[in-house]
Amino acid sequence: MSRKFTPFILLLLFAMLLAACGGSADEPEAADTDTADTASTDEAMDEEMADEEMADEEMAQSVEVFSWWTGGGEAAGLEAMIGVFAEKYPDIAFENAAVAGGAGTNARAVLATRLQAGDAPDSWQGHAGQELIGTYVAADQLEPVNFLFEENGWLEVMPETLIPLISQDGNIYSVPVNIHRANVLWYNPTILSENGIDAPASLDEWFAAMDALQAAGMDAPLAMGEQWTALHLFETVALASLGPDAYEALWDGSGDWGSAEVTAALEDFAKVLTYVNSDASALSWQDAAQLVVNGDAAFNVMGDWAEGYFREIGFEPNTGYGWAAVPGTGGNFQFLSDSFVLPKGAPHRDAAIAWLTVAGSIEGQDAFNPVKGSIPARSDADRSLYGEYLLSAMDDWASNRVVGSLTHGVVANDAWKSEIDTALGLFLADGSIENFQTALVAGCASSGPCQ
Amino acid sequence: MRFNKDRMLAVALVSPSILAVFIFVYGFIAWSGRVSLSEWVGLLPNYEWAGFSNYANLLQDPRFQIDIRNTVIFTVLFVGGSLLVGLGLAVLLDQGLRGESFFRSLFLFPMAISFIVTGVVWRWLMNPATGSRISGLNLLFDNLGLDFLISRWHTTPQWGIAAIAIPAIWQMSGYTMALYLGGLRAIPESIREAARVDGATELQIYRFQILPMLRPITLSAMIILGHISLKVFDLIVAMAGKQVALDVPAIYMWTTTFDGNFYNRGAAIGMMLLLSVAVLVIPYLWYTLRTEAKV
Repeated sequence: MSRKFTPFILLLLFAMLLAACGGSADEPEAADTDTADTASTDEAMDEEMADEEMADEEMAQSVEVFSWWTGGGEAAGLEAMIGVFAEKYPDIAFENAAVAGGAGTNARAVLATRLQAGDAPDSWQGHAGQELIGTYVAADQLEPVNFLFEENGWLEVMPETLIPLISQDGNIYSVPVNIHRANVLWYNPTILSENGIDAPASLDEWFAAMDALQAAGMDAPLAMGEQWTALHLFETVALASLGPDAYEALWDGSGDWGSAEVTAALEDFAKVLTYVNSDASALSWQDAAQLVVNGDAAFNVMGDWAEGYFREIGFEPNTGYGWAAVPGTGGNFQFLSDSFVLPKGAPHRDAAIAWLTVAGSIEGQDAFNPVKGSIPARSDADRSLYGEYLLSAMDDWASNRVVGSLTHGVVANDAWKSEIDTALGLFLADGSIENFQTALVAGCASSGPCQ
Repeated sequence: MRFNKDRMLAVALVSPSILAVFIFVYGFIAWSGRVSLSEWVGLLPNYEWAGFSNYANLLQDPRFQIDIRNTVIFTVLFVGGSLLVGLGLAVLLDQGLRGESFFRSLFLFPMAISFIVTGVVWRWLMNPATGSRISGLNLLFDNLGLDFLISRWHTTPQWGIAAIAIPAIWQMSGYTMALYLGGLRAIPESIREAARVDGATELQIYRFQILPMLRPITLSAMIILGHISLKVFDLIVAMAGKQVALDVPAIYMWTTTFDGNFYNRGAAIGMMLLLSVAVLVIPYLWYTLRTEAKV
């Protein structure tokens, strides 16, 4: 009888051994971040069991990078950058820990759980701005990467306006890979020319154009998708209605969410929604964008990652799709930036630094951005690699006034953003502008800078 | 009780799971309760005492009011629908028709599918698009000339949650049928015959004999379906994503905790969910334990 159980007991002992090894392996890594002295940790490791050292050596050959790039141009861009990484660091295995879910909501939940459990990936994707600063820097999870910027000369080639947004108290906390534009109006050039409509430049022109299309028999000239795409639409319409000064004032606490100007912006947004497809909540952003190129809708407001998607499904710029700034936001570049971070206590810190070096390099950015459909954070990129839309975005980035995006983490921290998202969801359900504004005022007071 | 070798082995084998249950179930319930009484907002824990303010805020929260409304509508339709359809199928199968086992499996199969799969499939079937993009059930209705049946399904304003109950009923009515069928088979034929001798019609037999005798089955089914209904999350997320119009407490708990880092509010929603399920399950457990003890 007892002989039967011997294998189980051995298994149990083995499991306990593994657990013990896992625990002790953490300690030198924690020391690592304080002293950055790898030699002494290596010595410490030598004193440990021989097979543990072997396991550690094996694991030093990999880097786990966490992102929400799982589909379309995003995943293809990541693959291209992984290709560059594999060339430069052939002995480091790349572990792609991507989690699917619109705009990264699912991925961030997984990441939060892992961070609380002390199981940080080696690096993760985060939107530059308050999303990183308000959440991860506030929780003391990130290591400053100023040394990378200085060693690689990135400060000279990255836009000056970007650095303050990814910094706190002079510490830079992430390596931006790209710049996206949020306030882009995509349109179907064929439908517009058939109806004698030019790309609208103001909200009033836009309303007139959509009225004309509705009169011509198109029920829903504006394509929209699930709730976060409504939030995206809302931030661009708010910028159009308020103008950049009042828009930025709302985020730094100097503006009044209860003002008549905000009411007017909400009314404009409510009017925009009257042109939207009735099945919006059942569509992803890709579904909604596809309605435009397929000719089922004339307009769609989406970030410029939609351009990568349009090309991937076989449409050509200017013939298949056209673009303009969201009406009323011309001269403004409402931006967001994907960036990668160096967590405190990264399991494989050297490999993570290698990944960040590639992410900030010209080769990495020129591999990633043309495929993903974004412009590089660096100004010295090879312009010959970029298509017509991206070149126009590069020119606008250099000349326009830069404002931040709400939906994509630049201007508000996660808590505030989620309160605004709830307020918007309630508005989509009940249509009450008054309740919407009350909730926005309350959200800024409870989770934003308003007191 | 002697402590022989077998007994010690049994205790040794059971104790890890008892320990695990205490830590991972009751320990975490207590921890969630503590978090729900704290000021924890943000990535890192903050156990500053907040009293019951998180609960008080929730009760005034318009989103949570939508959650309660949606849960009530969904529960009434889902539990009621599953019981009716399940009972109907069970009575039909009980007529001793040929190929009964085939139909029994057929109706039971949807239960083997996860709610996520059901949600994805029914998302296609209940596509609310109209005009040239019409598809799914709406396309079928259109082709059959049954235009009046064309629906916006879960995108219907105010009542979208009712459409979500349809796939849920589809999935769980087979299970309810199996429960009822077991109950029907346990009723001796002599009772029906006695009623027939007394001149009762078949309808009267079901009304006055069979249904009252099935009451314990109905109760069990209501408890099982009810707690599924209160905790529904995956079906709605798979069908409609996370949108406030179709929000339920479980989804609010998820978004507020992980998107907004409101761990205190998320824990409070979790405790209220637990409480609502407990209100349903504990009287039932008490009742069954008491009746079992009698037998």
